[in-house]
Amino acid sequence: MSAITRAEVAHLARLSRLALGDDELDRLAAQLDQIISAVARVQEVAAEDIPPTSHALPLTNVYRPDEVRPSLAPEQALAGAPAVEEQRFRVPRILDEEA
Amino acid sequence: MNELVGRTAAELGALIAAGETSAAEVADAHLDRIAAVDGAVGAFLHVDPDNVRAQARAVDERRAAGEELGPLAGVPIAHKDVFTTTDMPTTAGSKILEGWRPPYDATITERLRAAGLVIIGKTNMDEFAMGSSTENSAYQVTRNPWDLARIPGGSSGGSSAAVAAYEAPLATGTDTGGSIRQPAAVTGIVGMKPTYGGSSRYGVIAFASSLDTPGPFARNVLDAALLHETMSGHDPRDSTSIDRPVPPVVEAARRADVAGLTVGVVKEFAGSGGDDGVTARFTEAVALLESLGAKVVEVSCPHFTYALPAYYIIAPSEVSSNLARFDAMRYGLRVGDDGTRSAEEVMALTRAEGFGAEVKRRIMLGTYALSSGYYDAYYGKAQQVRTLVNRDFDAAFERVDVLVSPTTPSTAFPIGERADDPMAMYLADLWTIPSDLAGNAAISVPCGLADDGLPVGLQIMAPVLGDDRAYRVGAAVERALEDRWGGPLLAKAPDLAEAAR
Repeated sequence: MSAITRAEVAHLARLSRLALGDDELDRLAAQLDQIISAVARVQEVAAEDIPPTSHALPLTNVYRPDEVRPSLAPEQALAGAPAVEEQRFRVPRILDEEA
Repeated sequence: MNELVGRTAAELGALIAAGETSAAEVADAHLDRIAAVDGAVGAFLHVDPDNVRAQARAVDERRAAGEELGPLAGVPIAHKDVFTTTDMPTTAGSKILEGWRPPYDATITERLRAAGLVIIGKTNMDEFAMGSSTENSAYQVTRNPWDLARIPGGSSGGSSAAVAAYEAPLATGTDTGGSIRQPAAVTGIVGMKPTYGGSSRYGVIAFASSLDTPGPFARNVLDAALLHETMSGHDPRDSTSIDRPVPPVVEAARRADVAGLTVGVVKEFAGSGGDDGVTARFTEAVALLESLGAKVVEVSCPHFTYALPAYYIIAPSEVSSNLARFDAMRYGLRVGDDGTRSAEEVMALTRAEGFGAEVKRRIMLGTYALSSGYYDAYYGKAQQVRTLVNRDFDAAFERVDVLVSPTTPSTAFPIGERADDPMAMYLADLWTIPSDLAGNAAISVPCGLADDGLPVGLQIMAPVLGDDRAYRVGAAVERALEDRWGGPLLAKAPDLAEAAR
């Protein structure tokens, strides 16, 4: 039995905001199936009562004083933008036409 | 090849400081070398000779004005294209960032500049540092100077190739699953993954934030330590940066002895299938350590064999989140914005076109591992494995001062051999991943040539913030082997044909 179906792969692509063609989905379905089956080995480890580690080192939150500091000028922040209008990022429509 | 190009970074720094040469002269010698060999090697994505000469002149002027400069002032460095640089494009090897000029310098870029290092160019890499061969770059193939038909390792393969090809004496890299140590091993140079948090991630384009660790490449251990010291240290702009002094790595590299140290050989690695040539050189290196006065013991780290599968859940999960920032709105590529499509459609089209196959695979894998219904079985379980790997290290370091293993299971493989087989590619990181999961320091130093005539690396793993210990043992091995070989391993590499100018 495969670890992941073609329909699940198509769903993951939508969640990941990747507009993939049929060929690419077919290829990925086979590869992800192989990789997921391999990494599922972690389930063999007896890990009852073992706490999870999210980070290499124990961390505490770091605060800095809440004070005004130099930051990027608007033209610097916009310098790499695909489209700019009136000193803002110009983006495609966000809502449906009907909305 | 100009004589200056064969010098170590420490020597170049001293020659420049003594006024026997200048930063400008050293920069020109390396630019000439790049012009002569990089057509064949393909280490660099971006070299701007005018900018390099201007940087070098500025260092010479700072010195002439009486400024006290560090030991590497005027020395050229190849900078991995994952670090932001305001005066050079930064692409992370991806089409989605083609031509991007970041509005700020990474902390490490700033520190290199402050120390007077001359950034000679940006080096090729696997896209967003995902890969072990640099074949996942969207731009070009980089070739191993030992054999141009083979991979230079990855993801920092442009950096390893540049140093091994004498295009720069130093380079930066980042190590998330082995991306400094593995390329160093397969090109016969030194590569160090510092303790996680010991070097700043500010301005390093994120791959897996809980693992990404910048570090140095060099042709010898002392040079690596000098660069380590220059680039490391607390950075208030990185919330995971350690607020502690940098371990005394330069002193340790100069000390170069193993007297009184206990060295552990990881039992589980011995049985997990390295090539014969790799195993033979590793066995000799262990015997050498013993002959130098170290006590060698076998250590069991039973969960290390689960580190690879845990890593290929944890890293992709962080990728799926980190790479969400490439949304075609604020910077980088935008595709399909025809006035009718929605932002979401443009985003999906852009990401499909701008990301390469491996990046897409990892985003999808991470999205899967984090989705409800699978989270506990994959991500949750992998995080528990991470705890168990940490505990194995803790238990081992109660008994031994350092752990050793071969850096990689095989020598450099042919370009194309694993390109269509993701799982085979992932195995290159089998022995480097545990130290990424646990965040401890680990170095790779050359330990000889396998039967195929290609370099083998010895990995020395030290505890968290025990970076100096890795350098001390690495330098001892290097000194003993160079005495035996009559010079560095890299001297055995074939000469690269220099193209006519």
